[in-house]
Amino acid sequence: MSLELKDVEKKVGIDTHIHSTNLKLEKNTINILLGSTLAGKTTLMQIMAGLDKPTTGEIWFNGENVTGKEVQKRNCSMVYQQFINYPNFTVFENIASPLKITGVKSDEIKERVGKVAELLKLSAMLNKKPDELSGGQQQRTALARALVKDSDLILLDEPLANLDFKLREELREELPKLFEDRDCIVVYATTEPQDALMIGGNTATLLEGKVIQYGKTLDVYNKPENLTSARVFSDPPMNIAEINKNGETFKINNNNVQWKSNLKIKDGKYKIGIRPHNITTYKEGNNSVEINGKVLISELSGSESLIHFTNGKLNWVSLSNGIQSKNIGEETKLYMNIDEFLYFDQNNRLVNHG
Amino acid sequence: MNKTLNQKAWLFVIPVFVLVAFNAAIPLMTVVNYSFQETFGSNVFAWEGTRWFKEILHSERFHASLGRQVIFTFIILLIQLPLGIGIALTMPKKGWGVPVCLILMSMPLLIPWNVVGAMWNIFALPEIGFLGNSLNSLGFDYNFTQQSGDAWFTTILMDVWHWTSLVVLLSYAGLNSIQPAYYQAAEIDGASRWDIFRYIELPKMKKVLTLAILLRFMDSFMIYTEPFVLTGGGPGNATNFLSLDLVKMALGQFDLGPAAAMSLIYFLIVLLICWIFYTIMMKDEGRS
Repeated sequence: MSLELKDVEKKVGIDTHIHSTNLKLEKNTINILLGSTLAGKTTLMQIMAGLDKPTTGEIWFNGENVTGKEVQKRNCSMVYQQFINYPNFTVFENIASPLKITGVKSDEIKERVGKVAELLKLSAMLNKKPDELSGGQQQRTALARALVKDSDLILLDEPLANLDFKLREELREELPKLFEDRDCIVVYATTEPQDALMIGGNTATLLEGKVIQYGKTLDVYNKPENLTSARVFSDPPMNIAEINKNGETFKINNNNVQWKSNLKIKDGKYKIGIRPHNITTYKEGNNSVEINGKVLISELSGSESLIHFTNGKLNWVSLSNGIQSKNIGEETKLYMNIDEFLYFDQNNRLVNHG
Repeated sequence: MNKTLNQKAWLFVIPVFVLVAFNAAIPLMTVVNYSFQETFGSNVFAWEGTRWFKEILHSERFHASLGRQVIFTFIILLIQLPLGIGIALTMPKKGWGVPVCLILMSMPLLIPWNVVGAMWNIFALPEIGFLGNSLNSLGFDYNFTQQSGDAWFTTILMDVWHWTSLVVLLSYAGLNSIQPAYYQAAEIDGASRWDIFRYIELPKMKKVLTLAILLRFMDSFMIYTEPFVLTGGGPGNATNFLSLDLVKMALGQFDLGPAAAMSLIYFLIVLLICWIFYTIMMKDEGRS
């Protein structure tokens, strides 16, 4: 089983929503479409589902060209950011609805709905209507409807975005388990790099209607092909600077921060990308370099501290564990982990790690 | 603890009290006053108790016009609701067609009621009216001033023309508030067009349709101006609806007592039906 997009392109009027895309998704994989809003995630999913036709290009499923095939005749299911359920059906009827339409016998419906409901902890609510449920339960119902059908393709369009923090964490942990022993392709769209890292599988980074990179999630994270992919897959945003290499010495332009590395690349100009969690208030790893910063904003996020600071023309973000309280305007010393630096050439291609 | 007493707030409520008094309470109490007494003009009153109420409730004339009224309202709702929903479903959802359709739909609603009556009167005249003349030249024996069936047909047609737009506009608003994801989800489930209408659109339109039914019920149950101008309640008493009959009794025959009793009964009927209807429709809402 595989889903393949061949040179798929989508234009609406004069706007190109999806630039020519080639993507092959394999059986039993979870594939994450990672990109900000308007990156084309939803459009891409709608094309995969058959809700929308590509302007040019073809979609192949299991070696069959399904480009013009109606959505009703395909075996897929979709979960949306909004909690979409039939408003005047009970939870049971909602979950059963795709089975009823395809004419499954009522005994079997009962059994299958029961199973899925248990899996999603909905057993106690089968007789309630959607508007009597909490947001999390409504989304679980929508998920159950997608799972009950044994679809070949399950599309999840930012399913956790409208949930509050705790429910999101909880459901995000359960999601990969739900698909573990299922014979299907799962596509999961999200704006949050954190989602991709926690769910694993494969990730495609998207920007402005283009697939930037597709591969195993950790590979894409650790070895972004280029600066764009690295930026999409970084939250808080990646810190970037122009640097100059001279022998073993690397120096940030217009700045006195420098370090030594035996990285085998030609001398000259490069760009450096540093993830915020590699700049910390304490030393991490064996090789670190100091950087002075003037604190712009210091904020806590859970048990982590985000410190926005300036150094010369640099305006960077650092992310440290624990609660590190800093005053605005305070001069502080931070440490950057040299081993985690990403170096890009003048064409923004990654040059280290590979 | 000394709470300072501040009665200034009452000042702000006074205008509302005065307004309500003048537009509702005082006129209504006048009617109540008339309904229990006999008057001979020049402010001479005699107490009659519930005599007028009993008389009205047992009067065949009242039964007849109430019956006509109920049938008329029933037919109006039966035609206008499905028709209005149907039109709303076929209206475009984006592009230049939207403002065009909305303006076309609002036109009948903007025309003064007596103008509507006059328009249709001329339109339907058997000899010179476009509708009347066309029907007659097609071989139908059509004359709304002489045949009660034709009078009903014309009155209903006029009301459908005048008021279906309201149902259309309300349904259209309801339909537009449904997120596209619902339609997509249903398509993915393999739902047919009818399923989508029955299980998504209709439940999602429930609130606006409740409003549409209430508004159309009240307005058609109290219809006066248009049939007054169109048929004047005729031929004979064929289209003599409750309001028309009430005005004839009060101002034509100057039977103020019975007319006052009738208007109170009329008022209570409208109030009761609206309340029952609203309670039933909103029963589900209360639970969640």
